[in-house]
Amino acid sequence: MSATTYVEAIRQGLWEEMVRDPNVFVLGEDVGVYGGAFKVTRGFLDRFGEERVVDTPLSESAIVGASIGAALVGMRPVAEMQFADFISCAFDQITNFAAKCRYRWGASVPLVIRGPSGGGIHGGPFHSQNPEMHFVHTPGLKVVAPSTAYDAKGLIKSAIRDEDPVIYFEHKYLYRRIKEELPNDEFLVPIGKADIKRKGKDVSLITYGAMVHNALEAAKVLAQDGVDLEVVDLRTLVPLDKATVLESVKKTNKVILLHEDVRTGGFAGELAAIIAEETFEYLDGPVMRITAPDTPVPFSPPLEEFFLPKTSDIIRVAKQLAIY
Amino acid sequence: MPTNVIMPQMGESIFEGTITKWMKRLGDRVERDEALFEISTDKVDSEIPAPVSGVLSELRFQVGETVEINTVVAIIDDEDWAVGTTNSVNLDQQVANEGKASQLQHSKSELSKNQVAQRSSPLVKRMAREEKVDLSDVEGTGLGGRITKQDMLDYLSERNKIVEVARPLVQPVQKESVSFITSSGDDEVVPMSAMRKTIADHMIASRRTSAHVTTVFEVNMTPIVALRKQLADEFIRKEGFKLSFMPFFIKGVVDSLKKFPVMNASLKGNNIIYRKEINIGIAVALEEGLIVPVIQGVHEIGFMSLARAAVDLTDRARQKTLSPDEVQGGTFTITNPGVFGSLLGTPIINQPQVAILCVGAITKRPVVINDAVVIRSMAYLSLTFDHRLIDGALADYFMSSIKNKLEGWNDSIC
Repeated sequence: MSATTYVEAIRQGLWEEMVRDPNVFVLGEDVGVYGGAFKVTRGFLDRFGEERVVDTPLSESAIVGASIGAALVGMRPVAEMQFADFISCAFDQITNFAAKCRYRWGASVPLVIRGPSGGGIHGGPFHSQNPEMHFVHTPGLKVVAPSTAYDAKGLIKSAIRDEDPVIYFEHKYLYRRIKEELPNDEFLVPIGKADIKRKGKDVSLITYGAMVHNALEAAKVLAQDGVDLEVVDLRTLVPLDKATVLESVKKTNKVILLHEDVRTGGFAGELAAIIAEETFEYLDGPVMRITAPDTPVPFSPPLEEFFLPKTSDIIRVAKQLAIY
Repeated sequence: MPTNVIMPQMGESIFEGTITKWMKRLGDRVERDEALFEISTDKVDSEIPAPVSGVLSELRFQVGETVEINTVVAIIDDEDWAVGTTNSVNLDQQVANEGKASQLQHSKSELSKNQVAQRSSPLVKRMAREEKVDLSDVEGTGLGGRITKQDMLDYLSERNKIVEVARPLVQPVQKESVSFITSSGDDEVVPMSAMRKTIADHMIASRRTSAHVTTVFEVNMTPIVALRKQLADEFIRKEGFKLSFMPFFIKGVVDSLKKFPVMNASLKGNNIIYRKEINIGIAVALEEGLIVPVIQGVHEIGFMSLARAAVDLTDRARQKTLSPDEVQGGTFTITNPGVFGSLLGTPIINQPQVAILCVGAITKRPVVINDAVVIRSMAYLSLTFDHRLIDGALADYFMSSIKNKLEGWNDSIC
């Protein structure tokens, strides 16, 4: 069996769910004839037909609005944002409508919105963002951000089967850069369950998305310097797997929070507060954040390189914390 | 913001100092680097400058008190604190200050405990509470002396060990040492000075550390005695001090150390540390003890510089005006009890060095040379060496080298 890329894992998950359940359909800009900007839905039109693979006008608000309507009448739409950056055009539909249906009427909106997100691909300020926090902040939405092919496939399937709206952030940088062998048998990855990608005893690093790979790379270097890094991959931001996070903090007593999103109002701040509130007496050092700075994602490659958190940042902060 | 004034560490093995004078009074304004107080340690006396400018807002110790290094002895506050005391300290202020001083005395012990507790973490505080540990007993190895989780774990495992072995081992030893000593009512009991205590500790520690062995050589000093006599007047006129024998011995030692670098080494664990520099300590007797100033970098300097440095350091040792770095870093020590009439001695090694040369009195003795009894100026040189590192033969090669150098002296001097 050959290794499966991250983007192929998403494609397989979508395909399997569409085969399994005729109510599942995809819609978005160029998802049909063109097969999607990133080719996630390549071949879908031929297999599932134009009623289940819908090319839409260039209007994110319309895509999400139509999806919510379809979901309310029993369909299971998977809406693609060509780039997660454009999801803000559908902000009202998502946050004021999809997110509130369960609360107002007990109505189920089994909607998945896929958002290709993240930088490192020289995409500039409108094609590189990590807009997860708008939705983390909105009660009524689930937010996932897989880091591996296995998690990407398992989570897209779980998201489609979920009875409520799930925002699925897939990291563009990982699409074709990582691959792994996936089981032949069907599998799911539960929403709301973090995964310890590397066990360690000295410092816990909590992250998600593409940064998981920087963390694992840093862990290898740090191991040679006698710092044993534990890498916790959240996989799901909402609902947060607090138990796994806090258990790791209680074990190592030192914690770094890492994300590619900008600093202020980023998920690290929320995690830091939870850790301080619930494990204060387990902390043996300050809770440290490693994030992008509070600026738009730069287009210039050297500036983008500077902007993104790097493996060397992790190594530096982990070493400081280890001797604290 | 208030700034702490701490008791500085004035040398590598100094752990306390006695405050001998306060140059400033409570409430006085001090400038940065202005002398604030005077301390006396077992190695040096020194004036300690103020770390910042401001107003002396707390004096925690009085003249005569002995304080551990790094203890806060005073606090200098921003000028804001002293609003209304601008130029002269009036009576009201003094009264107020005296009240403040007694309050401070009262809270001193609480303060030092709190300070230790601050430098830890929530985790360490919880562990301390649960394990009933007084954090002031735990040594912090984290940033800025912070007590880390690992420090607590180490402390706890050590404490558990001590609990296991303490009773059978430690108690009888203590009893024995106490029972040696009886004193009748007529005896005068005087506490040891800081210097005396340090010397006592160092001597015992050295005996416990090294395997002391002493070898003795007899050296014909006649040529050097003659040379010294010949140069005496000219020397004192040129240099202003008397040419002693010490620089000759130092030179003999340095040249031999270069040939036998292991004599200039130290032992650390299972490693031998060969010192690149040769720094010669000279033991100087003081009324109340002993101090060993060090001539630094002797391997690089000529006879005259060496002679000047030796005189300068011994003079200033007697005046107790050495600076801390002038009593540190020695790699070999020479002691010269010959000046007091001693024929030969078996000195204790000055740790972490591995040998010490002892120079006996130079006296005229009948000796046999070429089957004739003749009169020569002779001296016994003895070397105590650490047999862990140095074997007898090597020590004797080293001594032969010194002997040959001295007996066949042909270095130029001036």
